[in-house]
Amino acid sequence: MIVHSENIAGILNQVTAVFTRRQVNIESLNVSASSIPGIHRYTITAIADHETIMKIVDQIEKKVDVLQCQYFTDDEIFMQEVALYKVVTSVLTENPEMSKIIRRYGAKLIEVNSTFSVIEKTGPTNDIIALNKELSKLGGLLQYVSSGRVAITRARIEHVNEYLEKMETRYGNN
Amino acid sequence: MNTDKTISGAEAMLQALLAEGVDTVFAYPGGSIIKVFDALYGHRTDLRQILVRHEQGATHAAQGYARVSGRTGVAIVTSGPGATNTVTGISDAMLDSTPIVVIAGQVSTDALGTDAFQEIDLVGVTQPITKWSYQIRSAEDIAWAVARAFYIAGSGRPGPVVLDFTKTAQMQQIEFKPAKIDYIRSYIPVPDPIEDQINAAVNLIDSSRKPLVLVGHGVELGHAEKELTEFIEKADIPAARTLLGLSALPSDHRLNMGMLGMHGNLAPNVKTNECDVLIAVGMRFDDRVTGTLSTYARQAKIIHLDIDKSEFGKNVKPDVTVLGDCRQTLRLLTERMSKSSHREWIESFKPLDKEEYDKVIDIAVNPKDGPLKMGEVVTEVSRQSPPDSVLVTDVGLNQMSASRYFKYRVPRSIVTSGGLGTMGFCMPAAIGATFGAPERMVLAFFGDGGFQMNIQELGTIMENGAAVKMILLNNNYLGNVRMWQQMMFDNRLSCTHMMNPDYCKIAAAYDIPYALVTDRAQLKDAVRQMISVKGPFILEAAVLEEENIMPMIKPGNSVDKMIFSI
Ligand SMILES: Cc1ncc(C[n+]2csc(CCOP(=O)(O)OP(=O)(O)O)c2C)c(N)n1
Ligand SMILES: [Mg+2]
Repeated sequence: MIVHSENIAGILNQVTAVFTRRQVNIESLNVSASSIPGIHRYTITAIADHETIMKIVDQIEKKVDVLQCQYFTDDEIFMQEVALYKVVTSVLTENPEMSKIIRRYGAKLIEVNSTFSVIEKTGPTNDIIALNKELSKLGGLLQYVSSGRVAITRARIEHVNEYLEKMETRYGNN
Repeated sequence: MNTDKTISGAEAMLQALLAEGVDTVFAYPGGSIIKVFDALYGHRTDLRQILVRHEQGATHAAQGYARVSGRTGVAIVTSGPGATNTVTGISDAMLDSTPIVVIAGQVSTDALGTDAFQEIDLVGVTQPITKWSYQIRSAEDIAWAVARAFYIAGSGRPGPVVLDFTKTAQMQQIEFKPAKIDYIRSYIPVPDPIEDQINAAVNLIDSSRKPLVLVGHGVELGHAEKELTEFIEKADIPAARTLLGLSALPSDHRLNMGMLGMHGNLAPNVKTNECDVLIAVGMRFDDRVTGTLSTYARQAKIIHLDIDKSEFGKNVKPDVTVLGDCRQTLRLLTERMSKSSHREWIESFKPLDKEEYDKVIDIAVNPKDGPLKMGEVVTEVSRQSPPDSVLVTDVGLNQMSASRYFKYRVPRSIVTSGGLGTMGFCMPAAIGATFGAPERMVLAFFGDGGFQMNIQELGTIMENGAAVKMILLNNNYLGNVRMWQQMMFDNRLSCTHMMNPDYCKIAAAYDIPYALVTDRAQLKDAVRQMISVKGPFILEAAVLEEENIMPMIKPGNSVDKMIFSI
């Protein structure tokens, strides 16, 4: 689900509260600036049936400061996730398996020092989870964090821009 | 000497309210709003200030004011406990789409987040129960925030707005110019009608043989009473109203088939499950209206007209949705659909009406002997009162009896707590109604429970001479709960019998004229006295203690399975 809102304090709360009331868990949530200055973009991943999601979408969009809320299935978007893995450096240097895994997953080392090293991996959620599993099997995994999904729509029109243009032309002199 | 043109934020707030056309505020002072009250002192002539006796009262009064006048009601309270006392009224306004603006004091900005004296996170508390909730931290924000508050509260589907007004912003000196807002880019209060939807609805209506219209609060909120009447008359469609939609169509209109829902009328509930096209206008398929959803109007094609897209399919899945202001959409439907006649279908409601009359109404309204009944009191009051009187009710059996037996003759004649079912709503809401519609008589029906739940507002009535005609239907029980205990818990009457005070003495203490009716023979005269007396009045009716309100759709049952006795 992609939500665009004004940059006003408290919107995140309002958005997540709709999920809570509807008893749907948020799998991941990312908040960032959007391509339009002053407008925030929320990328939310959740698992629910179509009907429930539509009710959530309408209730989020009803919030006064929300510009637009739309939901997409996986095939309608490009999505990626970034994960960082902190491992004990000695395991990395002593077990050749670890370097192999890192290469196999197209991950990269962004820090290596005498105590720990940091691996970065960008990719689909499944790969990120799989890499986490493999690294933990080898031992020496100290921390793991993932960004949650970020997504870009495959559509040829930009819905928010279109919405804003429509509002501008209609109420332009305000 | 102060020669500059600046004013305090507190004064700016009042000027902003005046610029919005506010003429009355319901208020209760305290430490963190004291600066605003100081400014109010200077506006005693151009802004009516009603000191309530409890902040819950301020919010319900603002609701009562708004419901009868169509204008946004205003409450001003202090921070902390003053603010939390408004939560019930705000929730009530949210569920019943009532435009109010609550202005609450808040600690100064440097004390925010420190658990300062009487600091609570009001925006956090009220975000889920408002259309908009905003903290004013700087006086520069006032013009914008107030204009936005009134625009949001009153436009589209109306609702409550909270302004959390920090002391810092109240104290700052600024040059002030009120703002006007009628556009927010992220907010479309009145969506344009959609051509395809209108046409799809017209097709369904034209092809229907047994159509039924459900009239909700949205018709009054959209000032579409006339459009509704034209619509149902042209297509000759019987119409039933929800509790909040009762006065959107006069009781005696030929096509008015009565009230929907748990304690509504038999015919419209049964016919809901017989009609072929159900046309819901500005209503939200509340569970008190639908009964069990799985058996609700399954045979019918459903057309849902609403201004709020999120209502579509929330409870009942429509076949055709018609988004927009029902004043516009009804007009378009009427224009495009063909004239038709459904005589036989309309006639088919009659036997059910007769069945209900014989089985419950006659007994409730025309008892020959035994103790007084709620229905006959309501009927007598309705009969004697001016045709444009406003009915205000509390919650419980008294509410169901009053709403069933009162005759509605003009729009905006019922003020009741439908969505939240707030006991204690009636007295302050009725006070608000006397200010929102000073030329109309305000008739307030209570149970003995609800009368005591905001009984402190008798002080407000006394002080302002607010002409609330209070009819206390005293059954010495929390009757509605007692009825459920009888029905579903083997008559184990847990905490529902209630010892009552001497209401005559209470009335005397507040210097309000009072009459007690214990006997049927006294009723007419007592009602006449109540109506002829200027100003407030308390009429206590000692009604049958164990009376139940029938018919009823029991919880978990289907709309067409109404029972007539327990
Ligand atoms: C604030 C609040 N508390 C509790 C209830 C639950 N409740 C609904 S009706 C009712 C009984 C009302 O008794 P009374 O005011 O005497 O009216 P009656 O039903 O006897 O006419 C109660 C306790 C409620 N609706 N609101
Ligand atoms: Mg009672």
